[in-house]
Amino acid sequence: MTQTAAQRTLHLGHVGEVVPRADAPPKVKGEFAYASDLIVPGMLWGHTLRSGHAHARIGSIDIADAVAMPGVHAVLTHRDVPGQKTYGLEFPDQPVLAIDRVLYYGEAVALVAAEHPEQARRAAERITVTYEPLEPVADMERATESPPLHEGSPTRGHGYFDDPRPNVVRHMVIRHGDPDAAGEVSVSGVYDVGIQDQAFLGPESGLAVPDGEGGVDIYVATQWLHVDRSQVAPCLDLPLDQVRIHLAGVGGAFGGREDLSMQLHAALLALHTSRPVKIVYNREESFVGHVHRHPARIWCEHRATRDGRLVNVRMRILLDGGAYASSSTAVTSNAASFAVGPYEVPNAFIESTAVYTNNPPCGAMRGFGAVQTCFASEAQMDKLAEVLALDPVELRLVNALAPGDVLPTGQRITGSLPIAETIRAAAALEPPAAEELPRDVLRLPGGAGNTTNGEGVRRGVGFAVGFKNIAYSEGFDDYCAARVQLHSDGSADVHCAAAEVGQGVSGVILQVARTELGIDDVRLAPVVTATVDSAGSASASRMTWMAAGAVRDACRAALEERRRRGDGEIDVEKIYRHPRTTPLHPETGQITGERAHVAFAACAMKVVAEVDVELGLTRIVWIGAAQDVGRAVNPQQVEGQIEGGTAQGLGLALMEEIQTRDGLITNASFTDYLIPTALDMPPVESVLIEDPEPDAPYGLKGVGEPPTVVATAAVVAALRAATGCELTRVPVKPDDICLPPPGTGT
Amino acid sequence: MRIALRINGAEHRADCWEGESLLFALREKLGFPGSKNACEQGECGSCSVLLDGILVCACLVLAAQADGHEVTTVEGLSEGDALHVVQQAFVDAGAVQCGFCTPGLVVATADLLKRVPQPTDDEIREALSGNLCRCTGYAKIFDAVRLAAKA
Repeated sequence: MTQTAAQRTLHLGHVGEVVPRADAPPKVKGEFAYASDLIVPGMLWGHTLRSGHAHARIGSIDIADAVAMPGVHAVLTHRDVPGQKTYGLEFPDQPVLAIDRVLYYGEAVALVAAEHPEQARRAAERITVTYEPLEPVADMERATESPPLHEGSPTRGHGYFDDPRPNVVRHMVIRHGDPDAAGEVSVSGVYDVGIQDQAFLGPESGLAVPDGEGGVDIYVATQWLHVDRSQVAPCLDLPLDQVRIHLAGVGGAFGGREDLSMQLHAALLALHTSRPVKIVYNREESFVGHVHRHPARIWCEHRATRDGRLVNVRMRILLDGGAYASSSTAVTSNAASFAVGPYEVPNAFIESTAVYTNNPPCGAMRGFGAVQTCFASEAQMDKLAEVLALDPVELRLVNALAPGDVLPTGQRITGSLPIAETIRAAAALEPPAAEELPRDVLRLPGGAGNTTNGEGVRRGVGFAVGFKNIAYSEGFDDYCAARVQLHSDGSADVHCAAAEVGQGVSGVILQVARTELGIDDVRLAPVVTATVDSAGSASASRMTWMAAGAVRDACRAALEERRRRGDGEIDVEKIYRHPRTTPLHPETGQITGERAHVAFAACAMKVVAEVDVELGLTRIVWIGAAQDVGRAVNPQQVEGQIEGGTAQGLGLALMEEIQTRDGLITNASFTDYLIPTALDMPPVESVLIEDPEPDAPYGLKGVGEPPTVVATAAVVAALRAATGCELTRVPVKPDDICLPPPGTGT
Repeated sequence: MRIALRINGAEHRADCWEGESLLFALREKLGFPGSKNACEQGECGSCSVLLDGILVCACLVLAAQADGHEVTTVEGLSEGDALHVVQQAFVDAGAVQCGFCTPGLVVATADLLKRVPQPTDDEIREALSGNLCRCTGYAKIFDAVRLAAKA
């Protein structure tokens, strides 16, 4: 009775409603505490000395001068790491502080704690490190013929194909049907993707506070608190419960906060000085302080019948993992699993390899391997459409995957995957008519640069579709915990270690709890490892699904407990798991159980571009997106994910690239690494396709990655349509699209 | 050195090292962490404040240069619990995700609407082009500016 009444008066939002974010008011007022905002009395500032070499042997490290500098409380090297000397997200191949050599530009070598950050910086400059430079392995195509960068191949013996060549992080093959099957037509191409950076705005930051009993509390912006703890504790030689990770405000993540950054370093300094220590990276350090999206080279051959049915897709994917493994093994597999795109392909041969080099380490970034292959395979689909004189949208519809179809891994699609509907919805979106000339220069390629009156401007429309997996794959025990406390005053607290990184999961948790409990008065407790089990990572488009499942189950269990026990305090914790996956076969890349991936989500995009073909300047005019979202938990936030994810894909298409020379990053600033501004982004019109996912709570799907997967491909397709240029590399540069002046031949 | 300045209408004093930016002094010494430290080289606009009514990046102003001047930060826009019209519009339009760019964008938008109460879409895009946002793709930020202009 009271529950029914309460439900009627609920005003804070159920699942499926537009709910304003609870964290928006403090964020707009400047009151939200990000990791870099934390201050405690007696706090010291930490600074990290980093390698200026991409590959070198360390002769000696002399800290005497640095220790004597004013305000300095500690100078630490690898000798001061009390426990395990190396760590890693999946394979512990990276030194906490460099030991006898450095493998990439920016590798951490020593730490300083001082009263003022400038004192710490200056003291770090007085540390003398003697390096013996070594030839860097900078070309990923030569990595497997170069001397091994890691002894004993850290990723061997984990159930992958054990490749005998040096510097292989993972090599895999997917063999499906008859890999030699011939078609009536074939198209081929080689595609390249540059290194993209997550470029979240809130730099890596955190505060480590010693607890006075040998343990430490770390307040940090991260994507997965418990995996941070499991890496930090052994290196500090502490049991897990003496390391407490607290989620501090996160200024964006996009995969770049999956690996550790300053967590261990601040904790080492704090335990050494018995003082709280804060570390805040500046932008330059942020560019070297986290992993990037893998650069890739992808060789493709698509064979088809004359009526446009794909017969056989052959692809070879090479990914540069950089100096350390990070999540490269999973990226290798994801790139392969989604290489052919959301199409039914009866025969395929896909080879995917990630290698170690002395380039910047690469790992997770939004899209996780599927971005690179979508760019390549969608370009191939357009080539095929051209050869067959078919409409590109029609070609995609002819081959569109549907439930019941089989992926190249042998996995049958059992859940929701409305590819054809998504394609049709995006294709049906009507772009605005071309705007007449003359017009304001802001609305011409070159913009405020005032480079044209529009004479050399051509318009093109591109189309692409992409998909990827939701949640962790290949047998990973992927779970999320939630704990619900029902209080006798009728309110509730929810504990869930899901990292709010900006994507809105804290709002989802509240929506689910209010929906399930039928009350308004629900609070999300501070997020800390000490009060609840792991939520898993805020990545792989999994957090909304997993947190919704765990919170739903915990709420229902709490209500059941309340019914059994009557009034009083209730405190229940539940673990939610998605359907189990199993590894891919190491030799054939085929499933070894029912599924290697849990579920899938797709996005299709139509893009209108204008290109000044005389200057190679571009302007994206309009983007229409249709996304397969299962069920939109909070439609306004879903649109925000589509718009933001699209912007990152557009960035990779047009401007974003970490540039290196012999492994050294040459553009570690927002002056030289460009991300889309308010002038670069066109309107994004989005349609949500709601086809509920049977295995997911409320039928929802993760929504963060699909727009990023497809946007790069779709934007470049529009540039190709405008220029006729092949454009096989992203980001596209002005030189790539600049046509020769009239009368000079081709 | 010791500096004295008015921040959001009240007098403040701080001891600063000569090389410290206004942003560092605001965040670490004066208790105004609302302005954000995303690039600290004038590229991203996250630290946008008004210095004597002029929109500046606080990271490009030395704390010493602000001695004797008037600074308005994002914390100074709202009055008590009541949000400034621009802040409310950002909440309502869904213009906030991670929010790290938000304080700078709120200050820049308030400055735009003071100068141009009814901006065109091009004027909005140009005025905010110095404020980077990595999460939203800007669409809902533009919505927020239009919403605030109507209010």
